[in-house]
Amino acid sequence: MSEQYSGVKARLVGAWLFVGIPLAYGIVQTVRRAAALFTG
Amino acid sequence: MSLVSFLDREHSVAPAGYSRWLVPPAALAIHLSIGQVYALSVFKTPLVERFETSETAIAIVFSIAIVMLGLSAAFGGTWMERNGPRKAMALSAVCFVTGLLVGGLGIATGQLWLLYLGYGVIGGIGLGLGYISPVSTLIKWFPDRPGLATGLAIMGFGGGAFIASNLSNELLGAYTSLPADAVPTDAVAPAFFTLALIYALFMTFGVLTVRVPRDGWKPEGYEPKADSGGLRTTAHVAASESIKTPQFWLLWTILFCNVTAGIGIIEQASPMIRDFFPDDVSPAAAAGFVGLLSLANMAGRIVWSSTSDAIGRKPTYMLYTGVGAVAFFFLATAGDTSVLLFVVLAAVILSFYGGGFATIPAYLKDLFGTFQVGAIHGRLLTAWSAAGVAGPLIVNGIIERQRDAGVEGAATYRPALLVMVGLLSIGFVANLLVRRVADRHHASADVLGTYPGVTSQQTTGSAKTAPSASGGTR
Repeated sequence: MSEQYSGVKARLVGAWLFVGIPLAYGIVQTVRRAAALFTG
Repeated sequence: MSLVSFLDREHSVAPAGYSRWLVPPAALAIHLSIGQVYALSVFKTPLVERFETSETAIAIVFSIAIVMLGLSAAFGGTWMERNGPRKAMALSAVCFVTGLLVGGLGIATGQLWLLYLGYGVIGGIGLGLGYISPVSTLIKWFPDRPGLATGLAIMGFGGGAFIASNLSNELLGAYTSLPADAVPTDAVAPAFFTLALIYALFMTFGVLTVRVPRDGWKPEGYEPKADSGGLRTTAHVAASESIKTPQFWLLWTILFCNVTAGIGIIEQASPMIRDFFPDDVSPAAAAGFVGLLSLANMAGRIVWSSTSDAIGRKPTYMLYTGVGAVAFFFLATAGDTSVLLFVVLAAVILSFYGGGFATIPAYLKDLFGTFQVGAIHGRLLTAWSAAGVAGPLIVNGIIERQRDAGVEGAATYRPALLVMVGLLSIGFVANLLVRRVADRHHASADVLGTYPGVTSQQTTGSAKTAPSASGGTR
């Protein structure tokens, strides 16, 4: 039972990282661009 | 098991122990990919140079894609409900990736019509099917928090543009053999082919991960019930019947007004802030302003849509249209008094624009039930296509007339902004008029019983309960 639980947990973490990392990359780059509003 | 049967609804029913929190990443994989369409402008200048044509001729590619998005969402919704999200996502992936490949071929061979056919028509069909396919599945997995669930997915459509614009610039820089200050015309086709490969992998992850809940499943402790205000129903309305209700057309009007108003800002964001503050805002700062609005648009999708689960859908749209109209009024009359005030008002408006997109599926679920909510959502998205045409026409038409009359600075935009106040006021009234759908529109048990994934529990609208967690967990 706990093996099954940790399998589900690992799959959840993997799935969220798979979509979360590219999204975070895009957001960080856009925040950098947006910062020019206050510095440019 | 053959590939085709693997994609069938019955083969995508969640096995025991499947967590419903795997569905949002599956949905995000699709929406983050198709959100690439909003970053197409990165290729605008290289495409103009490559085809030696006008900006308008290249802008048509985007217009075709958005029109096809609306049409495929409207006409493909019922097919998607019957065949399940996995098959719809797979077809979306095939169309979107094929669109990029055919478009890339058109760019490589210098044939603009192939770009129209590939990226515009074929890719546009992928956009529409991809946009609606995860939404009804998320609503079925998260009947207790539909706003949060659809907000997560539709936020991905905005986030996809962030990823694609940065990735596309990287690819253009990597593939070009021209000098750094030249337009990288030689890099566009390979960039399209590379994007096709990357999105094929990303969307395949969504196809493989998505599952539908087994018949009768519902979250632990969740009891479907109509709300005290009487808008939320436990019954179901078929997509073909929904368009005969005033509620559908009121929501269509609200979405149309909200999107048109948002486009009014998006279309003119960069020149507008520079005309409002010619001495204070540089071109780089104006580009930063556009980036900030994109972030507000994306944040509004998740924040406001989740908030609607707590405060209700009708009050949320009163906020979008009512406070939105007030924000537009202050932008028109006092926006030029302070850069900070201008930026805050514009960001609030854009967050409502994004929130309007993300909250509409949950509003539809409240009014029409979960039965064919994806198909109804698809039909409602024609309001987006209409606003995509009307918004720029209204805004650009008014601004050009002002300029022709010799008006300058903030005053150039004032009439257009006041038109948006009027539009949002119409949306506000339409929202006030929304009432519970009349019982005569509810689908009978016979109709519901012919559809896969519909249980006897759903056909009676009973709040009786649910089986154990097997076939899906909380």
